[in-house]
Amino acid sequence: MTFNLPYLLSLITFLPLFGAIVVLLVPGDTAKKWLALLVTLVTFVISLLLLVNWQPIAGMQFVEELPWFPPLDMRYAMGVDGISLFLVLLTTLLMPISIYFSNLYVRTRLGPYLALMLLLETAMIGVFLALDLVLFFVFFEASLIPMYFLIGEWGGQNRVYAAVKFFIYTFAGSALMVVAILLVYFSTGTFDIVALQHVQIAPAVQMWGFVAFALAFAVKTPLFPFHTWLPDAHVQAPTAGSIILAGVLLKMGTYGYLRLAMPIFPQAAAQLGPVVATLAAIGIIYGALVALMQKDIKSLVAYSSVAHLGYVMLGLVAFNAIGVSGAVLQMVNHGLSTGALFLMVGLLYERRHTRMLEDFGGLWKSVPLYCGLFLVVAMSSIGLPGLNGFVGEFTIMLGAFTYMPIFAVVAAAGVILAAWYMLTAFRKMAQGEITNEANDSHHLKDLRFDEVLMVLPLVLLFFVIGLFPNLFFDKINPSVAALVTSSQAAIRAASVSEHPTQFVFNTPQIADGLTVTTK
Amino acid sequence: MNSVLLTLNLNPIYPATAMVLFAILVMLADILNYGGRTTTRPVIPWIALFGVLVTGGICFWLLGQPTVSFQGMASADPIALGIDLVVLVATGLGILASVKYIPAVSQQVGEYYALLLLVAAGMMVMGSAMDLIVVFLSLEIFSLGLYILSGLNRNDARSSEAAMKYFLLGAFSSAFFVYGAALLYGATGSTQFAQIAASLANNQADLNLLYPAMALLIVGFGFKVSLVPFHMWTPDVYQGAPTPVTAFMSVGTKAAAFAAFYRLFLFALPTQQPVWGWALAILAVLTMTLGNLAALRQTSLKRLLAYSSIAHAGYILVGLVAGSPLGIEGALFYLITYAFMNIGAFMVVMVLEKEGEMDADGNRLRGLAKRQPVLALIMAIFMLSLAGVPPFAGFFAKFFVFSAAVQGGWSWLAAIAMLNSAIGAYYYLRITVAMYFGEPTAETVVEPRRSGPATVGMVIALVFTVLLGFFPMLWSSLIQTGVIQVALR
Repeated sequence: MTFNLPYLLSLITFLPLFGAIVVLLVPGDTAKKWLALLVTLVTFVISLLLLVNWQPIAGMQFVEELPWFPPLDMRYAMGVDGISLFLVLLTTLLMPISIYFSNLYVRTRLGPYLALMLLLETAMIGVFLALDLVLFFVFFEASLIPMYFLIGEWGGQNRVYAAVKFFIYTFAGSALMVVAILLVYFSTGTFDIVALQHVQIAPAVQMWGFVAFALAFAVKTPLFPFHTWLPDAHVQAPTAGSIILAGVLLKMGTYGYLRLAMPIFPQAAAQLGPVVATLAAIGIIYGALVALMQKDIKSLVAYSSVAHLGYVMLGLVAFNAIGVSGAVLQMVNHGLSTGALFLMVGLLYERRHTRMLEDFGGLWKSVPLYCGLFLVVAMSSIGLPGLNGFVGEFTIMLGAFTYMPIFAVVAAAGVILAAWYMLTAFRKMAQGEITNEANDSHHLKDLRFDEVLMVLPLVLLFFVIGLFPNLFFDKINPSVAALVTSSQAAIRAASVSEHPTQFVFNTPQIADGLTVTTK
Repeated sequence: MNSVLLTLNLNPIYPATAMVLFAILVMLADILNYGGRTTTRPVIPWIALFGVLVTGGICFWLLGQPTVSFQGMASADPIALGIDLVVLVATGLGILASVKYIPAVSQQVGEYYALLLLVAAGMMVMGSAMDLIVVFLSLEIFSLGLYILSGLNRNDARSSEAAMKYFLLGAFSSAFFVYGAALLYGATGSTQFAQIAASLANNQADLNLLYPAMALLIVGFGFKVSLVPFHMWTPDVYQGAPTPVTAFMSVGTKAAAFAAFYRLFLFALPTQQPVWGWALAILAVLTMTLGNLAALRQTSLKRLLAYSSIAHAGYILVGLVAGSPLGIEGALFYLITYAFMNIGAFMVVMVLEKEGEMDADGNRLRGLAKRQPVLALIMAIFMLSLAGVPPFAGFFAKFFVFSAAVQGGWSWLAAIAMLNSAIGAYYYLRITVAMYFGEPTAETVVEPRRSGPATVGMVIALVFTVLLGFFPMLWSSLIQTGVIQVALR
């Protein structure tokens, strides 16, 4: 017999919102700090109940449903399946870490800061759990508000510009999605995300709808050439903001693409797939090359996100069970490794108040523990076999290869570039002689126990995912397989009459065979 | 005679009558002041507010029994009552804003509240009008009152200029409206919406008169709701009028005029939708785009909100273009949301004005969050709601109005409207930038005026701006779909 809670999903979603209000009302910074940490930890623990009570099925679980606005058939509907499960857990895991980091280093106006972080958690979890298009959109857009204020108020030098750019880019990007949502509603009569996967929409509507949805998600992800807000936002955001932005917020784009854009508009997605895949491939190479040129570690990590999210998009566009499963896992992987990277950069920044690579050098001698952890995190980001990044990237490349081999070639090249820029950065930082006396062991203190404790869960997960990927694929695969099968059936049904399909899709069973190879 | 009165259903005019009675009560209370012994002045706003609450109660009572009476000239359907409630919210919030403000700018406190209630009564009649004559009468009733109210501050040249400008252009536009109504009568032989529709359906109408009539009527309404290119008066009048009046009229006028606008085109001219649909779509595009682009460049907060209100008129018009009942529901939701968020925003501006000043510069918001965190938070929520960011009510307002356009096949128009709201987000966001990320300078720091009633008003506006976003059914269950569709027939 396992323990369960009623309205589990609503509880996970709105507990942080409730916490935000309490944090604002409680007097005293210390109380606020502990309270915020407690709320996020409790949310994390409760979210583990999803794993405990997990049913090995493809469909939605823990479903909650209430009418919200009956005249337009809008519902408050929440549910979780294999695709969203780990994204929710990623969010609830990264939040206490970010909050703890902020508690250590954020000095000004702590109350509003923590409240905004908690609001952000509600919005992000809501995005992954919503089963109604409008509800999804509400959470999707609502996440802008806390992030905007976090960047603008607690960010770096150029924070206001970065905050406004972030808001306007993403708001404008999703403007047309509202029209597309309405278009979908009036051609199918429902906002139900699950039902929409099985409804055929007229080709013309599909094309417009897909473009509008894909644009919103491409800006969010971000896909080249819609990525220009990202380096600004990442570099200017406070460390915890960067962790959440890279770790979770970007996944809202890829998740939306997978959950909405492809299943609702399967034919249009198949037709425009090569375009998106090309942009993703350009993003992989471009992001890596630009990252190679960066002098600021934080913006290096930011551009590496453009490249990594390119992989995820590539896996999604391949739209076979392997590629999509890999992409889902890679979303989690990227959240873990890039979150950890930003955390490491943040820890260093708080000590030295600079992020310029040229200011460092020889850190290995003064702060070995830090450098050791950084190396592991960097390896995870590069995709070293045995760590999590490899599993995701390799699976995606398999999927991409069966889709169009050229993209797998590009992706492989991207891996080499990733190793290049990451190791270069590590060499400049950690190896060689100490050139600046601010870096020697008298001035620079190594990580404290609690700081290691912050990074440790992430590092452990690198190994768990890297060594036992089936623990995760077991839960991801059924949902992905169901999604891919139903969408492919829709494409085939539509293309039989017109022209024979030029897209070769794999049968979903291959995904099960794949996971063996990565052990 | 007696029997006629007894059989006549007075439901459609009960709300307006109540408002008029309270206006008279306010005037009577004001007379007592001239003896010099007692002063009733502090009580007057509360009499007016009580009147608003009583009338609101009447509206809720009437919601259950939709009727059309006066030989089909006035209706107490959900549209009328919805507009009544919007106007009442605007009046109530306007009164709360005025309590401290008006005695500072004018001696005529009694007249002010009496006029406010009479103007509101005019707007409410317009909301229930099913006949061109009634539309025109109510239009003039509330317009005349508004001309006086906007010139209330006689010591301020800008206020007088605003009143003069409003009056001249208003009179001009009334002429357009009357001419249009006359031509429509000539074309169809009736002033009643239902009979105009019947005549058009039977192909008895003279199309040579009909099209000029429609054009003239659009001009007349376009002026009242400030559509581009008939919007020229809006920024000047909004800036010059006392701020509570601006807040009230920005919502009330739109509510009343859009009600008649929607009714006339949906109930009387539905067969001509292919013609006026395009005309209104073009006007909507112009209005949204120019309003937003002009708002980008404003430094005065009242002018900024004026241009933003022009843009919002464009959004509301989008719901009419397709000519569907869904559009009415969307517009009603839009108007009630707009009443809360826009009047709320004007109240914040009002609180930031210096003594004897009737406008506030945008710079005054700089660093507000550090000095007045609660006030800044309230303003930020109004701004985000006006920008249409979920989960605030402003998003659903846009969503519902645009849903009518998409349903009717006008997706491109909804797309332009959404892109416009992205432009709009920039200037609303700029206000939050100033408040939260700006540094105050010595000359821009203003101690906010303390006004208990205005604070209450702001909090009410805030609560509903948030609440309607989470629970849009709060409003829409009042204005039921089915009833509107019955009224359409």
